[in-house]
Amino acid sequence: MTWEIALLLVQDGISTGAIYVLVALGIVLIFLVTRVIFVPFGDVVGYAALTLAALQLGQMPGTVWLVLTLAAIATVMEVVSLARQGDAHRIPRALLFYAVLPILPAAVVYFASMHALPMWLATLLTVAVVLPISPLLYRIAFRPLADASVLVLLIVAVAVHFAMSGLALLYFGPEGFRTEPMTRAFFDLGALTISGQSILIVVSSALFSFLLYLVFERTLIGKALRATAVNRVGARLVGILPSTTGATAFLIASLLAAISGILIGPIATLYYDSGFLIGLKAFVGAIIGGLVSYPATAVGAILVGIFESFASFWDSALKEVIVFSSLIPILVWQSFTSHTGVEEEIEEDESEGQA
Amino acid sequence: MPAITRLLFALAIAFLAAAPFLFGSFTITLLNYIAIYAMATLGLVLLTGVGGLTSFGQAAFVGIGAYATAWYTATQGGSPWIGLILSLAMTAIVATVLGAATLRLSGHFLPLSTIAWGIAIFFLFGNLDMLGRYSGLSGIPAIRIGQLSFEGTTAAYYFCWIVLGLAMLLCHNLLDSRQGRAIRALRGGTALVESLAINAFRMRLAVFVLGGVLAGLSGWLYAHVQRYVGPAPFDVRAGIELLLMALVGGAGQIVGAVIGSAIVTLIKNILQDVLPAFTRYSAQLEVVVFGVLFIVLLQKARGGVVLMIKRLLPRPKPRPVVDAPALPPRAHQQTAAQNPVLSVRNAVKRFGALIAVNDVSFEVRSGEVLGLIGPNGAGKSTLLNLITGVLKPNSGTIRFQGTDITTLPSRRIAAAGMARTFQHVKLRPNMTCIDNVMLGLYPRTGAGFLTGALRLDRKEEASARHEALRQLQRVGLGGKYGDLAGNLALGQQRLLEVARALAADPTLMILDEPAAGLRRLEKQTLSDLLRGLRAEGMTIVLVEHDMEFVMNLVDRIVVVDFGAKLAEGEPALIRADARVQEAYLGGVA
Amino acid sequence: MSTLLAVEDLHVAYGKVEAVSGVSLEMQTGQIVTVIGPNGAGKTTMLAAIMGLLPSTGTVRYDGADMRRFGTEERVRRGICLVPESRELFTEMTVADNLILGAYTHWTNRKSLDAELDQVYARFPRLAERRTQLAGTLSGGERQMLALGRALMAKPRLLLLDEPSLGLAPLIVREIFRIVMSLRELGVSILLVEQNARAALETADYGYVLETGSIVHSGPASGLIHDPKVIASYLGGKVE
Repeated sequence: MTWEIALLLVQDGISTGAIYVLVALGIVLIFLVTRVIFVPFGDVVGYAALTLAALQLGQMPGTVWLVLTLAAIATVMEVVSLARQGDAHRIPRALLFYAVLPILPAAVVYFASMHALPMWLATLLTVAVVLPISPLLYRIAFRPLADASVLVLLIVAVAVHFAMSGLALLYFGPEGFRTEPMTRAFFDLGALTISGQSILIVVSSALFSFLLYLVFERTLIGKALRATAVNRVGARLVGILPSTTGATAFLIASLLAAISGILIGPIATLYYDSGFLIGLKAFVGAIIGGLVSYPATAVGAILVGIFESFASFWDSALKEVIVFSSLIPILVWQSFTSHTGVEEEIEEDESEGQA
Repeated sequence: MPAITRLLFALAIAFLAAAPFLFGSFTITLLNYIAIYAMATLGLVLLTGVGGLTSFGQAAFVGIGAYATAWYTATQGGSPWIGLILSLAMTAIVATVLGAATLRLSGHFLPLSTIAWGIAIFFLFGNLDMLGRYSGLSGIPAIRIGQLSFEGTTAAYYFCWIVLGLAMLLCHNLLDSRQGRAIRALRGGTALVESLAINAFRMRLAVFVLGGVLAGLSGWLYAHVQRYVGPAPFDVRAGIELLLMALVGGAGQIVGAVIGSAIVTLIKNILQDVLPAFTRYSAQLEVVVFGVLFIVLLQKARGGVVLMIKRLLPRPKPRPVVDAPALPPRAHQQTAAQNPVLSVRNAVKRFGALIAVNDVSFEVRSGEVLGLIGPNGAGKSTLLNLITGVLKPNSGTIRFQGTDITTLPSRRIAAAGMARTFQHVKLRPNMTCIDNVMLGLYPRTGAGFLTGALRLDRKEEASARHEALRQLQRVGLGGKYGDLAGNLALGQQRLLEVARALAADPTLMILDEPAAGLRRLEKQTLSDLLRGLRAEGMTIVLVEHDMEFVMNLVDRIVVVDFGAKLAEGEPALIRADARVQEAYLGGVA
Repeated sequence: MSTLLAVEDLHVAYGKVEAVSGVSLEMQTGQIVTVIGPNGAGKTTMLAAIMGLLPSTGTVRYDGADMRRFGTEERVRRGICLVPESRELFTEMTVADNLILGAYTHWTNRKSLDAELDQVYARFPRLAERRTQLAGTLSGGERQMLALGRALMAKPRLLLLDEPSLGLAPLIVREIFRIVMSLRELGVSILLVEQNARAALETADYGYVLETGSIVHSGPASGLIHDPKVIASYLGGKVE
C-alpha cells in the first residue's frame, strides 16, 4: 500500500465515518433518554436515502404508505388509551400529533411526487416525510413497554427492524439506488482529489453535531433530555414526562437519520436492507463510546469509517466480517476499562411470578 | 408432579411416538424441523430465560455446528460421529471466545454484539471457498449406528426426537442441581451471586457455552437430516426466529423450547402457504408478520405459552425433604478467643467529593456479636460493602482471619467463610424458599455440571436439602420450604436471608438491618436465634437501628457518624455517651 | 384552614410484599406534619406513592382533587414536590441547570426564571457560589440544599421531605430545619419524614408514627414527643 492509497482510504473513511457520526449520535441520544437500543435506526436512514432516490426518479416513495400506516396505528393506540384513562379532553391534541402532523408531509409528498422536483425541494420533502417515522415507532412499539428492561426493549427493537426491512423491500423492491450528488465539484490537494460531496458530508456532519450540542446546552428541552438521561427519577420529580422527552429524542434522531440518508445516497448504492448495515456500523462506533459519551461516539464512528475503508481495500468480500469482528477487541477493551460492569440491571420478569 | 401434568406428558410422548403412523411425510419433515429448532431454542431457554442473557446469534452457532460436520463429512469423507465432536468443539470454542469478550460487560452489550458477530459469521460462511461460498456444501452422509441408518424421514424423525428428549432431560436435571441453582440465581443481579462464593462471570460463560453447544448439536442434526448446508438459514433473521421461539414457549421453561418451536414453525408454514397468494415478496411479508407478532407478544404476554398453561394446572406439591446424612461442616480456621476475626484498619472510601468512610478502624473478636450503629447515611452500608468486598477502599486494610482481603472480590471473601444478608433483601423470588437457602450451601457442596445433569449428585443433594430445611426451621420458616420466596412477607424474607447466610456455615456473619420491617414477634425469634448462634461460637457483625434489639443482644458497639468512628464500647457505655446521644438520637434543638 | 392532603387506606406492594398497608393521614394547608418510624417501616414508600412514583391502592386527595389518575408530572404541575432521601440530582449537570430544570413545569421566559433563580440563590448562598459546578461534585449538605432549591423552583404548595437531615453534620441539619420552618411563611405546607425524631417533632405541628406499614400512633407533635409509647416504639428503650 502506498501513501497515496492510504491517504485516499483515510479520506474515503472520514466521509463515510462522518455519516456514521450522525447515525451514532442519534442512537446514543435515543438510548440515553429512553434506554431503547434502537436497532431499526439504520433502516430509517435507508428509508431516507431510498425516498430521495424515488423522488428524483419521479416515483412515489413507499415511505408515504409507511408513515400513513404507522400514523393510523399510533392514533388508534393513543386515542384508545386516552379514552380508557378518562382523558377524553386530550384526544384533539393526540390527533394533532399522531394523525395530522405525520399525514401532512406524507400527503404533500404523495402529490409532489408526480412532478419533477428541484433538488432542494426533494431533499426537504424527504426530511419532512422521514421525520415522523421514529417518533411513531416509539409510540407504537416502545412506549407501552416503558417499564421493561433494556433487554426486552432491545428485543422489540430487533423485531421492529425486521418489520421495517421487510416493508422496505415491499415498498422499494430489490433494486439498488444511488441518488444524484448535490455537488459535482472536485478539489485538488496535491496528490489528493477531494470530492465536493465528501466535503459537504463532513461539513454537514460537523454542523449538525454542533447544533445538537447547542440544543443540549442552551434549550430547556435539551436540558430536559439530558436530565432524563442522567436521572430518570429526578426528571419525573421536576415534572418532566418521560414520554415527552422520549418522543423528542426520537424526533431529533429521526432528523439525524434523514440527513444521514440524504448524505450517503450519492456515495453508495443502497438497497432496501443497506440501512441496517449502516446502522450497525454506527452502533460499533457508539459502543466505542460506551453508549454514553457523545464525543467518544463521534470519534468511534469516524474510526469505524476509516477501518471499513481499509477493510474493503484488503478484502472487499470479507469487509463486513472484518468490520463486525472488530467489535470483539473493542468489547474486550471496554470490559477492562468500564467501571460499571454487570450491575443489577437484569430485572426479574414480573409475569413469571405466577408460575 | 400432579396427575394432570403427568397425563399431559404421557399424551405428548404417545403422540410423538405414534406420529409417523398417523401423518404423511410432509408433516413428519415438519416435525423434524421442530425438533431441530427446539434443540437450538433449548440453548436459548437456558441462556435467556434462565440465565438472563440474550443472544441474537444462536442461529450462527447452529451454523457453526452444521458447517463443522458438513465440511468434515462431505469434503473430508469423515464419520458423522467425529463430525459431532467437531461440531460441539467448534461451537464451544467460539462461544468461549465470544463469551469471554462480552460477558463482563453490562447486559445489553452482549445481545448487541451477538447481532454483529451473527452477521459476521454469516458473511464468513458465504465467502469461504472451503465452505462452498453461497452455494453451500452438499453430499453430507446420513447418521448411522452400526448397520442402522437414519436416512429416511421417519428414521430421522425418531433420531431427532430421542436426541432432543435426552438433551431436555439432562437440562432439566442440571437446573435442579447445585450448578443449575447458581445459573437460575444469575437473573436478578451479580451482588447476591458473588456473595455466595459463586463466580458470576464464569457461571455466565458456562451457560453461554452450554447454549452454544446445544445450538451446535442442533446444527449437527440439521446437517445430517437435511444432507445439505448453505449460509441462508443461519443469518440474524434466523437468530431472532429462535429467540421468538424461546419467548413464545416461555422464558425459562424447558418444555417451552418444544412448544415455542412448534408454534413458530407452524405459523411460518401457514404463512408460506397463504402469503404467496397476496404478494410476490411473501418471504419479506413473512418477516413483517413475525416482527409484528413479536412486538405484540412482548407487549401483551411476556411470560409465554407454557406459563399460561402452568397457571391453569395445579401447582405441584413441593417434594418432601428426606432424612439424609449431614453435610460435613466447613473447616473453620480456629481463631483464639481474643484474636480478631476481622480487623479494619484506617479504611477510607470516597465517592467523588463525598467521603463515605473516613479513616475507620475496629476489630471483631472471635465469638462476639458486634453492633454497628449510626444515623442513616453515616456510612454503615459502605463500611459493610468494604468488608464484604463489594467495594474497594481508597486506602486502609481489611483482614479476615489474619488474611488481607482488602482487594479480594466478594466471592473469594465469601469462600473464605464470610456470609451476609442485605439491607435491601436480595432473594430469587421465583425460586422456592428451600432453593434460596440451598444457594447458600454452594461453597459447602461440590457437584459439577456433568454430575448434576447425570444425576450423580443425588446423595449430596439429599444432604443439602436436609441441611437447608434445618436452617429454615431454625429461623422459623420450616413449614414454608416449598413456597416461592417472593410470596413471603418482608419480615419473613429477611429471615430467609439469615437462613441462607447460616447455610454457608460461616465463620463471620454480616447482618445488614435484619430486624427492619419485622414484627415484634419475628424480632423476638430473630433475637433468640442470634443469641443461640453466639452461644455456639459464631461471630456476628450487626447493623441495626432498633436500639432495643441491639442493646439487648450485642457484646460491643461501634458507632459511626459522618463516615468516622465516633465511639466504641459496651452497650451500657455507649448508651451513656453524650456524643452518641447527640449524633444518633437527634439532639438538634 | 382547609384540608390540603388526605390519604385514605393507602396500600403499596412490591410484587407480593406489602410495604404500606392501610395508611390514612390528613394535613391542613400551612401545616408541617411529620411521619416518623424505624427503618423499613414504609415511610419512603408512602411518599413515593403519594407522588405517584409507585402504583398504589386507596385514595390520595390533594387540594380537593383525586390524584389517582394523575401521573407524577401532573402532580408536580399541581404543586406537590418531593425531595427524596436519595436526592435524585442531575449529577452530571451544573448546579444552575439543576435549578433551572426545577422550574420545568412553569417555564415562561428567561427573565422570570432568572428572578426565581436569584430567590433561591438568596436562600442558599452556597449554591450561588457553585452555580457552574457539576452537582456531582457537591458535598452532602450542598446536595441537600440543591435538592431543596430545585424543589422550591417548582413553586410547590406541598413539599414532601424525605429525611432532609440524612448524613448531614449537626450544624447543617440545624440550617436545613431553619429553612424548613421558614418555608411555612411562604405558604408551603410540609410533610416531613425523618428519623431524627426529636428534631422532626419539634418542628412539626402534628405527627404520625409508622411501623411495619401501618400508623400506630398519631397526635399533636408536642404531645407525641413526650409520649412514652412513642419513645419506646421508636427511640428504642429509655434514652437516658
